[in-house]
Amino acid sequence: MLYKNPYNNYFDYVVQRDLDRCIRCKACVTQCSYGANFYDPDREMIYSLDANCVGCMRCSTFCPTDCIRIVRNPDAFRPNANWKDNNIKDLYKQAGTGGIIITGMGNDKPFTNYWEHMVIDACQVTNPSIDPLREPMELKTFLGRKPERLEIGRDGDITTKLAPQLVLETPIMFSAMSYGSINYNVCESVARAARELGTYWNTGEGGLPKALYEYGRQTIVQCASGRFGVSPEYLGAGAAIEIKIGQGAKPGIGGHLPGEKVLEGISETRMIPVGTDAISPAPHHDIYSIEDLKQLIYALKEATRYEKPVSVKIAAVHNVAAIASGIARAGADIIAVDGFRGGTGAAPKAIRDNVGIPIEVAIAAVDERLRQEGIRNEVSLVAAGGFRNSSDIVKAIALGADAVYIATSALMALGCTLCQQCHRGRCAWGITTNDPELARRVNPEIGTERLVGLIRAWSNEIKEMLGLMGINSIESLKGNRDRLRGVGLSEGELQTLGIRQAGT
Amino acid sequence: MKVVYPREQWCVACNLCEVACMTEHSRTKDPLKAYLTERPRPVSRTKVEYRPPLAISVMCRHCAEAECVEACKNGTLTRNEETGRIELDQDRCLGCWMCIMACPYGAIGQVAMHVGGEERRVANKCDLCPDRDVPACVAACPNRALVFEDRG
Ligand code: SF4
Ligand code: SF4
Ligand code: SF4
Repeated sequence: MLYKNPYNNYFDYVVQRDLDRCIRCKACVTQCSYGANFYDPDREMIYSLDANCVGCMRCSTFCPTDCIRIVRNPDAFRPNANWKDNNIKDLYKQAGTGGIIITGMGNDKPFTNYWEHMVIDACQVTNPSIDPLREPMELKTFLGRKPERLEIGRDGDITTKLAPQLVLETPIMFSAMSYGSINYNVCESVARAARELGTYWNTGEGGLPKALYEYGRQTIVQCASGRFGVSPEYLGAGAAIEIKIGQGAKPGIGGHLPGEKVLEGISETRMIPVGTDAISPAPHHDIYSIEDLKQLIYALKEATRYEKPVSVKIAAVHNVAAIASGIARAGADIIAVDGFRGGTGAAPKAIRDNVGIPIEVAIAAVDERLRQEGIRNEVSLVAAGGFRNSSDIVKAIALGADAVYIATSALMALGCTLCQQCHRGRCAWGITTNDPELARRVNPEIGTERLVGLIRAWSNEIKEMLGLMGINSIESLKGNRDRLRGVGLSEGELQTLGIRQAGT
Repeated sequence: MKVVYPREQWCVACNLCEVACMTEHSRTKDPLKAYLTERPRPVSRTKVEYRPPLAISVMCRHCAEAECVEACKNGTLTRNEETGRIELDQDRCLGCWMCIMACPYGAIGQVAMHVGGEERRVANKCDLCPDRDVPACVAACPNRALVFEDRG
């Protein structure tokens, strides 16, 4: 309390330490990057400043005697269904600072999670299920424009000229996270995992560090409104190019990398001076219409000799279906739609928690619209924003996605505990920080293994689920909404998702 | 011969290698008792040197030409010709600390030992955990900042 403003002294966590079991090894002291744990040599004791704790659990997982418990501060405001704790605390904070509240990660509010209201069909008696351990099961996914019809020559070869495709061994890719928002070790872990898995990772809007050019064939290079790090070599290095229009966590606003995070390597890669804020404009100032977007798509295709698919990434917003249709007609090969649970390195909390729509309904709306217009084959649809497990992904593909992007889950595989402090650059798990001492906490050797482990596990589960539906290829699941049913949804919700009520 | 190598670029200064080493070289093999109740208290044979932002865990290199063996006047420190390891026989140690002065890595420390009811200080250093396949510090390190390798 001393020297603190009482109005702002409501904190979220308490670090409880069983002193009988504390061996004063100081692991908790060195691991806390928020200055919450201390060693007092006079009393030969470890103690904690609870107000500094963000609940990341780095210390409790490292404590060799498991004597730390991070608990929610039991201090309680009088219960009030209207004024929840975070409403109250945020208000106090803002009265004290006069500033916008910035946060990290994705929307954490209890909006309906539609994945949890959808169930998957299985074969019984009348049609056989398939055992993926004994029979072939195909997860291979191609992203890019598909021809309306295929012409086959006399010798059986396809004679139709095919548009460039991304070839994925599993329908899961690593979503855009910029170098700078995450550090080099994290980028390297993700890139190496993508190569090992036969899938792709995405540079985000921070450019591609020179040392990672060797992973170019597994890389989707992004071109965002700030154009950071975009050069002919950069475009040439990637397997595909993605124009970033929007991001699920903060639709309608641009990226912001604080100057403190712009260190040597990041400055070189982004092509901006050390220590300057990297602020991406909210819109692309050369794109005010679908026609303008078309020009950029074709400029990028021209620059890369029409050899690479071009993706356009948008945040899922109310009018997403019509916008997606425009994007398809503008010549994009892939549309990536990012739902409002998608993560971020920094966003105003008011925006993160209130703007955009869930990815579930966005997939359904976009897929439906493109089908109605007869242009579904012209683009692939990649869904992003809050995939937590393999069943979310199976449901997304059944709703109409061709593949998904994951980023939050990927960071969690590297240790992230969703403490939402990414914007502070002090990540105790060494992920969203460029401080060399903290960045060391992600050893790419271990990081790569863990990412590969996660995607392998999910891919195996996807195969199991395809098998029980009697499907032997992920292609046959795409847009196969008949294999989904809704539980506990209103008529309107079922209609929007294009699925039937369970039991019918 | 396999020895422990620190890879300081991955050391996160968590001290868990020290805790593991101390526990392994304790009577009870229990970190709580090793730290809190065992007397004399066991001491880790690896030392995490932490000068932010640098951190490295330093232990005996089992040198091919070992300065400590040269310096030791009564045969407490010897090379095991079979395994190549530099061994320290604490029962023989007189506590002259010539080895501590001689070791270029600062890898030798001291520990208290009970001899016939009396407490005596003797030299202490990494023995590569003869009872284990992988030394305790390597097994405990959460970030592979210690590896047990034969680098020729
Ligand atoms: S390491 Fe994380 S959980 Fe532990 S005290 Fe620090 S902020 Fe709290
Ligand atoms: S990590 Fe656990 S045992 Fe070590 S000093 Fe902290 S509380 Fe004590
Ligand atoms: S256990 Fe590993 S990371 Fe922790 S201090 Fe020792 S060498 Fe460093």
